[in-house]
Amino acid sequence: MPTVNPTRMELTRLKGKLATASRGHKLLKDKRDELMRQFLELVRVNMSLRQRVEEGLAAANKNFALARSAMSNETVEVSFMASKQDIEVEVQPKNVMSVNIPQFTVKTRTSNESDIYSYGFAFTSSDLDEAVSSLAAVQADMVKLAEVEKACQLMAAEIEKTRRRVNALEHIMIPQYQKDIKYISMKLDENERSTQIRLMKVKDMMLEEAHHYKEKEAQKAAG
Amino acid sequence: MYRMAVLGDKDSIYGYAALGMDVCPVTDDVAAAHKLRELAEGNYAVIYITEALAERIPGEIGRYREQMLPAIIQIPGVYGNTGAGIEGVRKSVEQAVGSDILFGNQ
Repeated sequence: MPTVNPTRMELTRLKGKLATASRGHKLLKDKRDELMRQFLELVRVNMSLRQRVEEGLAAANKNFALARSAMSNETVEVSFMASKQDIEVEVQPKNVMSVNIPQFTVKTRTSNESDIYSYGFAFTSSDLDEAVSSLAAVQADMVKLAEVEKACQLMAAEIEKTRRRVNALEHIMIPQYQKDIKYISMKLDENERSTQIRLMKVKDMMLEEAHHYKEKEAQKAAG
Repeated sequence: MYRMAVLGDKDSIYGYAALGMDVCPVTDDVAAAHKLRELAEGNYAVIYITEALAERIPGEIGRYREQMLPAIIQIPGVYGNTGAGIEGVRKSVEQAVGSDILFGNQ
């Protein structure tokens, strides 16, 4: 049984709550739908980007394995000890339906492409050059992948949260409020009816008191 | 300004140094988790991690899934592609939609 007080004040309060809940439900539903639309678009990009990056990296990895097999550990290690290139990312938050997703802008120290080769060419095999250049080729896609994949993860989490809220409002809160409101209004109607009946009864009794209808009726019957 | 890092076994990641990323060769689970936390709390916006290593520290990675930074991205290592990266994308779809309707039949 509902545990609400069947009073007018409670009724007004609940009606206000129901109005807010319905409005919130509508807004959240719209938010969920829009998020979902954007997410589905983004996740397709994510998937194709990931496939591309994984292919590129697989090729690069093959080259690296090859390069490594042709050189001694020390040579390989020394080759990458003093990297000429340096990479930094600038992060710009972007607000998509109240989800903050990061946008990455890459800044490299030197713009010269050949600066990715941080070693002299005398002691390293040409496989290594190829490996490094194949890795450099996928670098832009990798950054893009990071951005898109993170956005997908964040949006997925937000969609899940929003969906839960929508469902809670739709299936629990709103029906509960409606039930309570119905209960209170029934109870109030009931009270009203019983007051009415009581008044009618009292009126009858008061009239009887004033005019003694019943006594007169009895006399008439006797006389 | 943020930096980028690569985490994984040495053979898989040593090349990334050429691109100017910071490479952190780790093999041990505990060390990897420790390093990942250190990087995530440091000045790193993007952390690439090999799928093989990521598989062993899912808890640590999950912690940063819903934060804006850092983005932790799985990449295939030199010992082959485990498919965990693709699986991650699928998981996002599943989380958002409820079931994998997009890539389920691929």
